[in-house]
Amino acid sequence: MTAAPETPVSSGPVPLAPPRRLVDVTVDGEQIRVPEGSTLLDACEAKGVDVPTLCYGDTLTPRNACRICVVEVEGARTLAPACSRKAEEGMSVLTDSERVRHSRKLVLELLGSSVDLSTTPGVPEWNERYGAAPDRFGPRADPAPLGERDARHAGEHAPVDGAAAATVEQPAKDDNDLYVRDYGKCIMCYKCVDACGEQWQNTFAIGIAGRGFDARVSTEFDVGLPDSACVYCGNCIEVCPTGALSFATEFDMRREGTWDEERQTRTTTVCTYCGVGCNVTLHVQDGEIVKTSSPHDNPVTHGNLCIKGRFGYQHVQNAPGKRQARGGGETMV
Amino acid sequence: MDLQHLDTPPSDAERAAVDALLGPPESAWEGGERTGTDLRRADGGQAARGRRDLLLPALHAVNDRIGWISEGALGYICRRLTVPPAEAYGVASFYSMFSLHERPERVLHVCTDIACAAKGSGRVCDALKARLGPPGHGAGPEGAPSGSEPAWVESPCLGMCERAPAALAIEAGDPPAYAVSAPADPDALCSAEASGRPPEGAPTALSPTTFAPGRLAPLPAEPPAHAAVPQAGGPGLLLLGRIGTTDPTDLDSYRAAGGYTALRRAIALGPSSVIREVTDSGLVGRGGAAFPTGRKWAGTAQRPEAPRYIVCNADESEPGTFKDRVLMEGDPFSVIEAMTVAGFAIGAARGYLYIRGEYPLALTRLENAIARARARGLLGPDILGSGFSFDIEIRRGAGAYICGEETAIFNSIEGLRGEPRSKPPFPVERGLFGRPTAVNNVETLVNVLPVMHMGGPAYAGIGTGSSTGPKLFCVSGTVGRPGVYEVPFGATLRELIDLANAGQEAPPVPRAVLLGGAAGGFLRGDELDVPLTFEGAREAGTTLGSGVVLVLDDTVDLPAVLVRIAAFFRDESCGQCVPCRVGTVRQEEALARLSGGTGDGSDVALLREVGAAMRDASICGLGQTAWNAVESAIDRLGVFAGAPPARTSLPLTTAAPSNTKEAQ
Repeated sequence: MTAAPETPVSSGPVPLAPPRRLVDVTVDGEQIRVPEGSTLLDACEAKGVDVPTLCYGDTLTPRNACRICVVEVEGARTLAPACSRKAEEGMSVLTDSERVRHSRKLVLELLGSSVDLSTTPGVPEWNERYGAAPDRFGPRADPAPLGERDARHAGEHAPVDGAAAATVEQPAKDDNDLYVRDYGKCIMCYKCVDACGEQWQNTFAIGIAGRGFDARVSTEFDVGLPDSACVYCGNCIEVCPTGALSFATEFDMRREGTWDEERQTRTTTVCTYCGVGCNVTLHVQDGEIVKTSSPHDNPVTHGNLCIKGRFGYQHVQNAPGKRQARGGGETMV
Repeated sequence: MDLQHLDTPPSDAERAAVDALLGPPESAWEGGERTGTDLRRADGGQAARGRRDLLLPALHAVNDRIGWISEGALGYICRRLTVPPAEAYGVASFYSMFSLHERPERVLHVCTDIACAAKGSGRVCDALKARLGPPGHGAGPEGAPSGSEPAWVESPCLGMCERAPAALAIEAGDPPAYAVSAPADPDALCSAEASGRPPEGAPTALSPTTFAPGRLAPLPAEPPAHAAVPQAGGPGLLLLGRIGTTDPTDLDSYRAAGGYTALRRAIALGPSSVIREVTDSGLVGRGGAAFPTGRKWAGTAQRPEAPRYIVCNADESEPGTFKDRVLMEGDPFSVIEAMTVAGFAIGAARGYLYIRGEYPLALTRLENAIARARARGLLGPDILGSGFSFDIEIRRGAGAYICGEETAIFNSIEGLRGEPRSKPPFPVERGLFGRPTAVNNVETLVNVLPVMHMGGPAYAGIGTGSSTGPKLFCVSGTVGRPGVYEVPFGATLRELIDLANAGQEAPPVPRAVLLGGAAGGFLRGDELDVPLTFEGAREAGTTLGSGVVLVLDDTVDLPAVLVRIAAFFRDESCGQCVPCRVGTVRQEEALARLSGGTGDGSDVALLREVGAAMRDASICGLGQTAWNAVESAIDRLGVFAGAPPARTSLPLTTAAPSNTKEAQ
């Protein structure tokens, strides 16, 4: 009964797209023409205005949940999310007004005070740009024990005295050999859920559960991934903007302090497992593959892979003396 | 869909509860017995997924009969409806009235919201705590619920403010039973006989209702709806006229009092003339946003897509609001008739009435009213020989204030999490099931009946220039006769409060009035001459909202009221967008510091900054208004004016933007 989404989820190259009308919009006082159906974010990018984004995904339908990309549309009562609001003829947009800067600053502070953003790219620079001070809400509350947040009941919370700022921090969920879910770093961007669900993978292993500050990404009844519908495609890791979802290799190396992206090379090649021809980018540090990804603009994958392309690289480096898989040296997969 | 389902089988009772709603499963693919023909079936596709909107009713079916939703039950529902378990879990865990852990069959919901707190809900909670232990659903870290004792929870506003403090007892069973205790009596609530089933009362309903008829022993019977209407039986009432004078369970009684003449008139006029009358009447939405009803209907009617829907928003949850409950309990047929008129006007064949889960009596009355209207051909095919076919389906919420938001209500009906959608597109373009939809509040719809009777221009003559018609106000708190009052727009707040204090020798002196509910704002006791119109309220820097007039006197701890409002918004935020999800938490924390004596001026500044971002950058009205009442209390009432000056250790990096008001 539910109608299909209005816009296709991907914008891969499609030959002979119908010509689109152009609409005139004003961004920060300068006029710009963008094709009809473009978002304000597209218009800002076309003009070279840098708009911070977190929950926006280049391969996903915008959820406009994080609100860091808000812009001021002339005449509108509230700010509009640039990632999803369509440009309309004659629209006038401010991207750096006092209201915009204030809301962006507060979004950064609210997230920074409640979530571990230490592995989120862009945050230090944005904090400086908008003068955000996430620690001004007071000392952070202690992390919750594993599973405590998942057991919370909608519509109620423990009494508050304001002595500490509540956070979503909790131990990482490390229940399989391939990837780790560190929900203390989760900003609830919905991207992993959309990638797992009807936008890409159609596996539906995870959903959003709970409500309000206790909303969380969860399997049914918080069962471990091995008991869930998860097929370990890792497409959720591909879209995660904060590092809450990461390869077990990356998680372990970060914990050991050996993760160093500056020492890593990226090589894009073609997956050899089947005939589809997906592009796989191998991230290599010190001669070892430490994680894989896929180019989002690749017309075959749009950034998606299957378990084999994503995690099945051990044979490349399974020589004696090399780093062994987790869990006692057995080969994964 | 190729879904992986949970392995745990449902219990017989759980299976029976779901099958009672959905019918028996057709194959093993749907969770039935495996037979030889199962391998020769082709299930799935749109047909299987198209029943997603039955998810919420199915969750209710299990929760109603068992008291909670187990893995086996959720798994069975998922198989029956082709819903991924992770998504169904996300939906079930969204609602506060569902439990995903085992809990006692009887759950007591004790209202601790503003009106009830002012009337002593704290004493009720203390008594229950002493008898039953701390609040909760009975499944703490220890897990197992304790014997046959009921569980009790603190609840947001139950919409019974005129009888504060209120408590609602719901007992799972087949059928489930309920009772209201208001003013709440802890002795009766935790009485040893508590597990008794309701007495067999004379059934007044035509067909079985969701809840058992009669009350849950040993709690007293609920007073009739007109007990909440001090003006009941008085002359000149356009909206409340039938309450207390007609039998709310009897269609003939309704028709004898002028019922269904509006629908006849509408059918005689034709859809476009109905919309013109409503437009001419100047009727605007009574739910809080005050959008012109005629424009909404015209916008929906002129869309080319079909089918179109009418949704009646009866998810009345704004703290301090109970007018829709009184209308539904006291005059349910008027809601059904008005929805039919609306459906006729916009060309809808189906209407959904979404009622909050905390209103079992209103639900029962509406179920009965719909069954009786259907039996008489006033719902169904070819109504009154006009060729117009229309029917109404009731959908029951399960404890989520946000589902009263005009797009969250669609998601809730569709079996998704009750999260508001991003606008545009607006409901008139893409609403329920992606189709053009008109969403109207109960009171708004009921106003359509006098518009049909007297005509748009005559209706527009009531009230003031841009606020036309009669308006219901929910007066509660420290007044002589709390209840629902009908006054024409333009009366002043003082006149309304005087009306509610009529006959009092020494009426209490209001210190503050909360106008419009938790999303509204406070007025001082010396600001009572503000006219109760949309423009008058706007000029006074406040809002009528849903018509809440909550009067507070000197005995009320205002900082505690603000903390309660902040806790309410934190609990009821859907969690989708950052400003609201985290902002409501930071707001509560700062208010807790200020009211607890550890806060200072920097916390007030912090509140302003967080509030400005919530107002500017939240997706929906909940986040956008979550700071309204707190702001007005600081600015108008001077709450926290005595807070110590800001310490320098908390840097305020930039000044709050100019759209927040400076302290007076």
